[in-house]
Amino acid sequence: MKRFLLPLAVFLLLVGFLAAGLKLDPREVPSPLIGKPAPAFDLPVLQKAGQSHAPGAGRFAPADMRGKVWLLNVWASWCESCRDEHPLMVELSKKGLLPILGLNYKDKDEDAQRWLAQFGNPYQLSAVDADGRIGIDYGVYGVPETYLIDADGVIRYKQIGAITPEVLERKILPMAAALRK
Amino acid sequence: MRVLIFAFLISIAFNARAIENNDNRIRALEEKLRCLVCQNQTLADSNADLAGDLRKQVRDQVAAGRTDQEIIDYLVQRYGDFVLYEPPFKATTVLLWVGPFLLLAAAGGFLVVAVRRRRRAPEEPALAADEKRLVERVLGPVEKSGDAS
Repeated sequence: MKRFLLPLAVFLLLVGFLAAGLKLDPREVPSPLIGKPAPAFDLPVLQKAGQSHAPGAGRFAPADMRGKVWLLNVWASWCESCRDEHPLMVELSKKGLLPILGLNYKDKDEDAQRWLAQFGNPYQLSAVDADGRIGIDYGVYGVPETYLIDADGVIRYKQIGAITPEVLERKILPMAAALRK
Repeated sequence: MRVLIFAFLISIAFNARAIENNDNRIRALEEKLRCLVCQNQTLADSNADLAGDLRKQVRDQVAAGRTDQEIIDYLVQRYGDFVLYEPPFKATTVLLWVGPFLLLAAAGGFLVVAVRRRRRAPEEPALAADEKRLVERVLGPVEKSGDAS
């Protein structure tokens, strides 16, 4: 009887490891950007449909949001889960709890404009990252991604994939409220 | 004139060599880096859109004369250690690197103990006199051990 105890213990240990492994999400890569300043950029702003980019006008840089706690939401019209997340963003923008700014990632302006017209526009503005260079600076690898940035321009939280109501209520909004103080 | 042509040819050869070296460097770098979208592929193997963008970054930076370490640092700053196919050796990854060797050592130790214990085990007891008689009656006279063969 005693000789079976060791294999049993090893087996249980293995089961424990595998059970824990099942609960981990391999897609959630911890971002090294938490606690670091949001990378700077200077990008054209997505215009209303029919309007083309006026040279020099309508650009956005994260520094413009200094002194505010805000969300940077990376989205694209070709991104399926952005559509799932979008109603939550629209609702959040209606409540006016947090300024939401968009980073339109590797998209076509016309598609992006049509998408916003169809599903609603929760963004104060969307910066256009057509070639995805800024996305790389932000470590974007699966749209949608959302960054909570504080008044000093430091990234405090990163959500990879669609924001769920639980994440919004339990993490993002309390963190934002604490940061605003 | 001949000298000029010679110099020209040499410069072409050197250029080709430099380009080839760069290609090898780019290839080697891409094989060290993980595609974040399809996580079990290297940048070199992946067809994902982002992998293409990151490959372009690697190419551009190699062309701009950055060192391998600078390029790797650039990506690690943005994507974390996860972007490296081979995780770096640090406090959080000690078990990952050392674990297999620990297991091997443990198994080796276990084996040594088991073998020693078996060797120390008493040998088969010799047949008692009455048992021997019984065997002889069934099998015929038994030759003394050592005489056989």
